[in-house]
Formats: sequence, C-alpha cells, structure tokens
Amino acid sequence: MTHRSFFWFILPTLTAMLLFIALPIVSVFIQSLYVGHEQVLVVSKSCDPFGCEEVTSVDTEATEALREAEPLGKFNGIDTYINRSHLAFAEVSAAWRDTENLGEFFRQIYNLRFYKALAFTLAYTIVVTPFVLLLGLAVAVGVNNLPRIFKGPTIFVSLLPMIITPLVGSLILFWMVDADGVIGATLQRIFDDNALSLKASPTLTWIMLIVYGIWHLLPFSFIVFYAGLQTVPTEVMEAAMIDGASKWERMRHVVVPHLMPLVIFVTLILLMDNFRVFEPIVGFSAEAHARSLSWIIFNDLRESGSPLYGSAGATSMMTILGVAVLLTPVLIRTWRDFNRKAH
Amino acid sequence: MSLKKMALAGAALSFMSAPVFAADCGPSGQSIRILASDFPAIHAVAGTAEANCGAAAAEFKRNHTTEAREIMNASLTPDPAEYTSVIVANSTLVQLMNDGLVRPLNDYVKKYGAHLQPNQLITIDGDVMAIAFMANSQHLYSRTDILERVGISKVPATYEEVLDAAEKIRAAGIMEHPLVMNLKVGWNLGEVFNKLYLAHGGTFFKPGSAEVTIANDKGLAALAMMKRLADYANPDHLTHESNDTQGLWEAGEAALGIMWGSRGGVILDDEGSTAEVTGNTVLSGAPTAAGGSTPAATLWWDGITIAKNVPDAEAEATFAALVSGLTSEMVMAHNDDAVWLIDGFKPGPAAAGVAATARGGAKSYPMFPQMGILHNTLGVELADFVKGAESAEQALADVEAAYNIAAKEKGFLN
Repeated sequence: MTHRSFFWFILPTLTAMLLFIALPIVSVFIQSLYVGHEQVLVVSKSCDPFGCEEVTSVDTEATEALREAEPLGKFNGIDTYINRSHLAFAEVSAAWRDTENLGEFFRQIYNLRFYKALAFTLAYTIVVTPFVLLLGLAVAVGVNNLPRIFKGPTIFVSLLPMIITPLVGSLILFWMVDADGVIGATLQRIFDDNALSLKASPTLTWIMLIVYGIWHLLPFSFIVFYAGLQTVPTEVMEAAMIDGASKWERMRHVVVPHLMPLVIFVTLILLMDNFRVFEPIVGFSAEAHARSLSWIIFNDLRESGSPLYGSAGATSMMTILGVAVLLTPVLIRTWRDFNRKAH
Repeated sequence: MSLKKMALAGAALSFMSAPVFAADCGPSGQSIRILASDFPAIHAVAGTAEANCGAAAAEFKRNHTTEAREIMNASLTPDPAEYTSVIVANSTLVQLMNDGLVRPLNDYVKKYGAHLQPNQLITIDGDVMAIAFMANSQHLYSRTDILERVGISKVPATYEEVLDAAEKIRAAGIMEHPLVMNLKVGWNLGEVFNKLYLAHGGTFFKPGSAEVTIANDKGLAALAMMKRLADYANPDHLTHESNDTQGLWEAGEAALGIMWGSRGGVILDDEGSTAEVTGNTVLSGAPTAAGGSTPAATLWWDGITIAKNVPDAEAEATFAALVSGLTSEMVMAHNDDAVWLIDGFKPGPAAAGVAATARGGAKSYPMFPQMGILHNTLGVELADFVKGAESAEQALADVEAAYNIAAKEKGFLN
C-alpha cells in the first residue's frame, strides 16, 4: 500500500478516533485545570412554613458577571491534582514526616480518599484479572471436551452472567446475600452465626465484590479462549500424543503457547475493565467499605447537587494514567514479540 | 404496588368528577410545562392544576421523574427554558437559586394567591420565591406492644429514652437490633448527622460566610449519639435507606424507627404487613437529645417555583394553574397523601409525627447555598467513624478538610 492510499484508507478511522476519543479527553483535561468562580455571597433573611432565619445566598448577578468574563472558570493549574482529595502531596509528606513506623504511615495515607480508592481498585484488578484468565481457560477446555450434544446448552448457560447488565446482576446478588436472602441465610446457617453479614464487614464486602467481578467477567475470557481452542492444529496435538506427552503436558506446551496472543488480548481488556470497576459498588451499596476511582468521579459529579467538574476531571485523567501504567508491561511484551517476528 | 395504582386511579377519577369551579387560570392559550418529582402528593397537586386549567392552556405537560433534581438546573438554564415550573423542596430551591433560575412571585401571589396561607410563602429577603404545599420530616416510629412488654408505657421523647428502650428490648431477648434508621452511606448518613447536630444546638457555618464549623463539642456529641444508636441498628445499617427500613418495620423486625413521615401512610395501611405491626405502630415527634428542646430533625417542604427564563405570560399562566390546585378541595380529595400545609387539612395518625416535630420547634433543612457540598461530604466521610474504623475527632477533621477543598472548587471559599 502506498503512503497515499494508506492515508485515505485510515482517514475515517482516524477522524472518528480524534473526535470521539482524543477531543473529549483533551477537554476533560482542560476542565481539570480550572475551578469555579468565586461565589458572591450575601446575607439574607429566609422565611418558610417553620419560621424565619438568617442565611447566606448567592448574589447571582455579581456571580454571573464573573462567569461571563471567564466562562471556563478560574485557572487553578495542577492544584486540583495535588490537593487533599487527589494526590495529596502535602498530606503524604506530612504523614511521612510525622509518623514513626510504616504501619502508622499507611494508616494515615489510607485515610485519604484517593489512595483509599486506589487501594481497592488495584486490589480488585490484581485479584480478578488472573482468576478470570485461569478459570476462563479451564472452563473453555472443559466445555471443549464435552460431548457434542451438551456443548451448545453449556455455552449458553456459561454466557448468562455476561448477558445480565452489571447493575442488575449485582442488585440481584445483593438481595440474595442479605441476612434474609438465600445466600446470606444459608451462610449464617453453615457458620452457625446469626450476626454474620456480608454487607457489614469490610473484608467480606471486598470478597463479595471480587467474587462478583470474577463471576461477571468469566464468560468473556471463556468464550474467547473457547474460540481459540477450535484453531489448535490437530497435527501438532497428534504429534505430541505420539511423542508420549500427557494431557497436562499437551496443555502446557501446545495449547497455551498457541493461545498466547489471545491471552494477551484478554489480559488487556480485563485490566482496563477491572480498573474502572464501578457498578458492583453501587449495586451492592458497598460505599462504606469499598470505593473505587470511578466511584469517586461519580460522587463528585452527582451527589452534591452541584457537580465538581474539575475534581472529577482530575480523577478521570489519573484513571486513564493508571490504566496506561497497568497496560505498559503487556504492551511492551507484545511489541517485543512483534519485533522478534518481524526480524 | 396495587395500592399505588388504586390511589392513582382514584386521583384520576376524582379529577374527572371534580366539580369544575371557576378557577382563575390567568392568560389563556399559554404553554405550561412542569418538572416534578414522582410521588402521590405531587401528582395530586399537578393533576388538579391540569384538571382546572389544562383546557385553557395551549399545552399542559407534566414530567414526573425521580431524577428531577439532576436535570432541573440544566433544563432551566436556556432561554426559553425547557419547563415553566419546577416543583422543589428546601434543598433543591437553593440549587436553582444558586444559578438564579427562578423568579420572584410577589405580584402573582397578590393576583392569584388569595387562598394561600401566609406560612406557605417561602420568602427570601422579602421576595416570595416558592409556594410550599406539604411538609415532611424524619421522626420516631414506635411499636407500643413491644415497649409495653419491657415495661415502657410512653413512647420515647428523647434519644436517651430511645437508647434506654432499645437496651431493655435487647436485654429482654425480644430483638437483638430493635432500631431501624436510614444510615446508608451518602445522603442518608449525612442527614442523620445534620439532625443530631441541630438537636445538640450546633451551627454549620460561621455567620455570613461559607466557613464550616462542625468540629466542636456539639459535633462530637452528635457523633457519639450516632454511634450508640447505630449499635442497636441492624448490622447492615450502612446500606439501609427508606425502602429497607420500611421493609424491616413492616416485617416486624424493629420496635423503634427513625423514618420519614411520608412513609407513615404506607406503613399504617393494611398492605405489606400484619395487623400486629400496623395496629401497634405509633408515630410521634422526632426525639430531642442531650437535654435540649430542639427535636433532632430537619423539616422539609415541597413547593412550586416559576422559571425565570420563560415569557411572562407563560410564567403567569403556570403560576395561576398550579396555585389553583392548592385548595381545600384538593386537600379533601387527597387528605392522606401528605402532610399538607394548605387550609382544610385534617391530620390523621400518619401525619402525627411530622406535625409533632414541627410543633416541637425543629429547624428547617438549612438553606445555605453551600449546604449540598457539606451534606455530601458528611455522608461520605462519616462512614469510617460509624463502622468503627476511625475516631470522632478524625472523622470531623476529615469532613472539614474535604469540605474545604470542594467548597474552594465551587468558589464558596478562597
């Protein structure tokens, strides 16, 4: 392909990517550098059915004038990124200075909302991703070895967790793990403990969210690996069998290497998905014990009645950065493989 | 469910059969567009307005959605605005006024509001900004049969008595967790602190500024009370909101509850529960705390506002139509849908709690423009304290620090 025809070939894709991916990110980044205007407050008397009181209110005309002058807001530079609600440089260094041991230092860091969310987000990603990869492969191999007649129905049933909308799925499970629900009551019976509650303990909440994450994402890796298994060359498998390779050795030395590109692809997608974990936290009402970066963004934008665009923008940018950091090792590996093949 | 349907069907019927009295609908041939939340009392008001003045208007549109709060500012900002009226509550009026999106109603009140009670007028610096029509608040629900079993003959009037009663019920082995409260992390948790803090006589901000002042003895006392209460609540309390607490109550799993007055009608009716529960449930005013006389509650009203960015004729027609719905006749047809502030309301047992709370001198939900930020911060930051992972001092310090940053970003602090 000449450069010229390549350019015309790629142009529509490039335009779409620029419009729908690059521009919004740039706009969010710019927004994250600004904060709201000063609100001009005036003291006024407010009366309602229950009495009168002195309150402050916003002088909308004066505030409007400020807004007209600078529609984007007040330039704040990277202050939003390093304030206490985000990277909290000042608080982290103060904690480092003032604490005597690492345990106390981490306890103080964990009290900062960004790091608390980061801790859960990373833990979730790091646990869920390998489990989904391994279990997905195991299920795929299992289904692949089923008699033909059972394959169709098994695949259909295995895909169900993914067909259910995450929010709905987590809500259904949330009701089931209630102390009066099927799972919750059964667990109480098994452990003979009437106070056992999956919703009240931080550890159990984390486990519940992680198990849900694995359950929800398993079908994705399963179906990709299952498709990959159909392309394993029978000649190689037969040769390995003749060489006396056991089932396990065939799996380890023939099937897995053959599926490696798929493993990388699934890992990439899983890392990205898991780092943005959000719905289960809302669905399970788990905000008390587990908050993710995406949940912080949601909270900033929705809950206070007046959205904190700058703060949410800063957290979004750092989420993108976090995904990029997580993906780097996988991408480097792919790049090396690509170069090795090219030479 | 079927109750709701019946209520709606009944409401629809009564509109159709209501005698068409000569309502003054203002300028005719106008477009009336209302954005409102979605519960029976608001349907009653907006529905009556439509029945009275729908014919005189060129267009009468109602959008009832629980997401009203999320879309109201965006839909009133353009000129002309998407809606001519939004039905608001205390906190959402502030949200609209912060952006200057509603207009003063003084002239309209003079012209169309002769039948309104003076206390229905929400005035800010002399300007009427909204017309309230119903009140709501959280207050105490008690199961008198269970209280009697532990030798308590009078419903608790203070939180100390609530704790005492809860302890007796637990000690008697009747219930391990006799108390239900809306403690879900977020808005509900923040509201519990607000109520207890006000009952301890606290103030949220330095007068005339947006500087927060909750890290003090009263804040600590409020938190201590919150923690003691939470210990008697179901272990899952940090996930409980109105639907969950109502469910526990109707299932007979609680003896004392702090719940919304607007749930009273639904709890006392003969659906979703047993006669043992409904027959012994008594609604009373919000308890006081620490020897104070202010009930631990924030009072809420719902009321109508008129958008600023719409033609004057549309605004006037919308006001006339809505106010024509705020009459004794409407209240008579929907007496038990709400605690009405309108003349002619006959408080039933379901309204007793809100009425007692208001009589007891509870404060309105604070109308500060920066209150939403503080409320959200409280709801998020106090979770660690309530679950026992952090000290009260640390929790309040965290709230103040987080509030300061958010308030700075919104321009309330420098």
